[in-house]
Amino acid sequence: MCSRYLTSVLLSAALFAGCQWNPHAASPAEQPQHPGVIGSALDPGVDHSLVTTDPRAAIYYDNPVAVNAGKRLFQQYNCSGCHSSGGGGMGPDLMDDVWIYGGRLEQIHQTLVEGRPNGMPAWGDKVPDEQLWQIAVYVRSMSLPQTLAAQHDNTPSQSPAPVPREVDQDAGWSPPPGTSNDYTSTVKGAD
Amino acid sequence: MRIAPYILTVAPIVVCAQTIPSPVPENEVFKREDIGHALARPTPGAGHTQASAANAPADDGQWLMPSKNYASTRFSNLDEITPANVKNLKPDFSFSLGVNKGQEAAPIVADNTMYVVTAYPNIVYALDLTKAGAPLKWSFSPKPAPASQGIACCDVVNRGGTVDAGKYIFNTLDGQTIAVDIKAGKPLWRTQLGNINKGETMTMAPTVAQGRVYVGDSGGEMGVHGWVAALDENTGKLIWRAYNSGPDDQVLIGPDFKPHYASDHGKDLGVSSWPPQAWQIGGGTVWGWLTFDAEMNALYEGVGNPGPWNQQQRPGDNKWTAGIFARDPATGAARWFYQYSPHDEHDYDGVNEQILLDMPFAGTMQKVLVHIDRNGYLYVIERGSGTVLSADPYGPVNTSRGIDLETGRPIINEAKQTKLGETVSNICPTASGAKDWNPSSFSPKTGFIYIPHENMCMDWISTEVNYIAGTPYVGAQVHMKPGPGGNRGALTAWDPVQRRPVWEVKENFPVWSGTVVTAGDVVFYGTMDGWFKAVDSRSGDLLWRYKVDSGVIGQPISYRGPDGHQYIAVLSGVGGWSGAIVSGPVDPRDGTAALGMINVMSDLPKYTTAGGTLYVFSLPH
Repeated sequence: MCSRYLTSVLLSAALFAGCQWNPHAASPAEQPQHPGVIGSALDPGVDHSLVTTDPRAAIYYDNPVAVNAGKRLFQQYNCSGCHSSGGGGMGPDLMDDVWIYGGRLEQIHQTLVEGRPNGMPAWGDKVPDEQLWQIAVYVRSMSLPQTLAAQHDNTPSQSPAPVPREVDQDAGWSPPPGTSNDYTSTVKGAD
Repeated sequence: MRIAPYILTVAPIVVCAQTIPSPVPENEVFKREDIGHALARPTPGAGHTQASAANAPADDGQWLMPSKNYASTRFSNLDEITPANVKNLKPDFSFSLGVNKGQEAAPIVADNTMYVVTAYPNIVYALDLTKAGAPLKWSFSPKPAPASQGIACCDVVNRGGTVDAGKYIFNTLDGQTIAVDIKAGKPLWRTQLGNINKGETMTMAPTVAQGRVYVGDSGGEMGVHGWVAALDENTGKLIWRAYNSGPDDQVLIGPDFKPHYASDHGKDLGVSSWPPQAWQIGGGTVWGWLTFDAEMNALYEGVGNPGPWNQQQRPGDNKWTAGIFARDPATGAARWFYQYSPHDEHDYDGVNEQILLDMPFAGTMQKVLVHIDRNGYLYVIERGSGTVLSADPYGPVNTSRGIDLETGRPIINEAKQTKLGETVSNICPTASGAKDWNPSSFSPKTGFIYIPHENMCMDWISTEVNYIAGTPYVGAQVHMKPGPGGNRGALTAWDPVQRRPVWEVKENFPVWSGTVVTAGDVVFYGTMDGWFKAVDSRSGDLLWRYKVDSGVIGQPISYRGPDGHQYIAVLSGVGGWSGAIVSGPVDPRDGTAALGMINVMSDLPKYTTAGGTLYVFSLPH
């Protein structure tokens, strides 16, 4: 099954006019072994998650080339078949502020690599890792205010803004936007 | 045409800065009188239209299969509920399905027990109708693979099960057919037929006849190789499987194949009418209605659309998609085929119901099937030969200028052909059709067919698409919009003999529920905004309505309870392709979402929320 699957991917890549992917340059995505990527805001035993960010993500922030490459790949790998222009369909909405499996760039990348149980395929050994990062950064861009503001008709995400490093700056849980009183940061108490 | 007095007028409605697009202008579609054709003028004096007698036995008050009988009349001979007293109809009991996804199934009633199957995860409930409140006898959870949700094109629906010989037989989203012992509530057999890694799911309701179970696959938007299969009812073992494209031996085309039209003659057309290899991923699924005909000993198989939607990637007629086969039920051998939409360019699946009638035509009584296609035409087809006797538009049509009854082919309107990289506007009907899967009913008392349908059009731009197994294979961006007049749906009573509508009820939203008609001259149907309605079968006048917890896209039924009284049952639970905006994680800001449906349905969340409840109604007694 796997070899047939790969053949199909190669076949379709060859069929696709304008596809930039050179299959000989393809390198499978590495499964991240470092502790930086977590899918949950619950981290037992500590009062605030201490998460180091995946260093591989860094070059995709503030990177308009990457986000536009991701936009093209999002079509070419049929991400759009399930997620439409970001609004969803067979797969979930990507332009809202709900992230089932985490919305940090490295978490989106990990979802692409591993797949998810309710129907998201695993792309880790089928798509070059750089392309997965580019798709991830495009997905992260979809819900940015700048990207949403650039929408002129009812086909969104056609003018994706680069993803600022700041959006993923907080490494762990933080109060939801709009919270007017945050007492969680005071529970540590004074020594 | 008489228009009911309670027409909903549709003004542009603003939700989350989303506007329902303007209706397509009236002059964009063709007039019924100009494009409807028949081989002969109506001869109503030649007899009264009836259900095929061998396929519609006397009503025993049960409801054993979604279509009521093999003739697929969905007619109940019960007449306790009438236009005069239906205003007194009250809920008798309700039952939460525990699943808030689109509920498309028909409740089944056998031996004073009601059986219901839910949307994914396809839980089956058996309720004891002999006791107050209809308590649960058993439930069965088949636990389909969760990943199957991700390859279901249009919500995770299920169109129902059927009871035969002590078994409740249904399909699961992940491609199993299961027979449950209705006494024990335990599976007798389960057969894995679909492969989700190839994009195959199963959502249709099996047809059971002569000890065989007939099923087919879904996945026309996933590049699957569509098929229909027959299983042994006692063991679940595969008897035959026929594919709907490819070489004749895979399609089960042999010496018995005698199609009526010239373009269906030739060897291996299921290969030669496609680009090389394209038939292997060309769709042609069987997710709608399989109809067994005891009189002709035939199985009618409606076949889905070709894939991908981008038609320029598959030049040719794309046999045997978007059409209908008549097959030998025992062997699957094809007898005839008719293609509603050769080289379909608009996602016009041919899977809608077949109603088996004896009908006056050209001065004699003819054995016909009536098929109300997505492409906008109501076809009357002679069952023995597959000859189209008449084809008339019942909704907005501009993709064709009628059906040429010499060749059987639609007369294509080139202005509405879809193109790569170019938006073609105001295509009617829309991709989901002038009507989708949700079945009509037929009353032998009126001779009319009660058609629940859509009035929607679309803008379409084709895009290049790659085939990657297990992912969508579509290649189009679609934006849907209301059809002329702005009402997105309608219930139409159609006279198949006179080839014209008798009355029409306009609805704000597409009508995505089935209909049931009774000997009491009442038609029941539901709306996506959550009204369950009763109208007069002769006039269309609204007689009664009841607001349920969520929009209705299920198939209502009518049965005789253990106390001898007439009951009406229906599932609520909005969803499906048109209701994905409510039941799925879909964003109204993206008009292309849910294959373009969101563009025209973004206001639905103002009217209803997701749900899933069985409702049963009766008169006070």
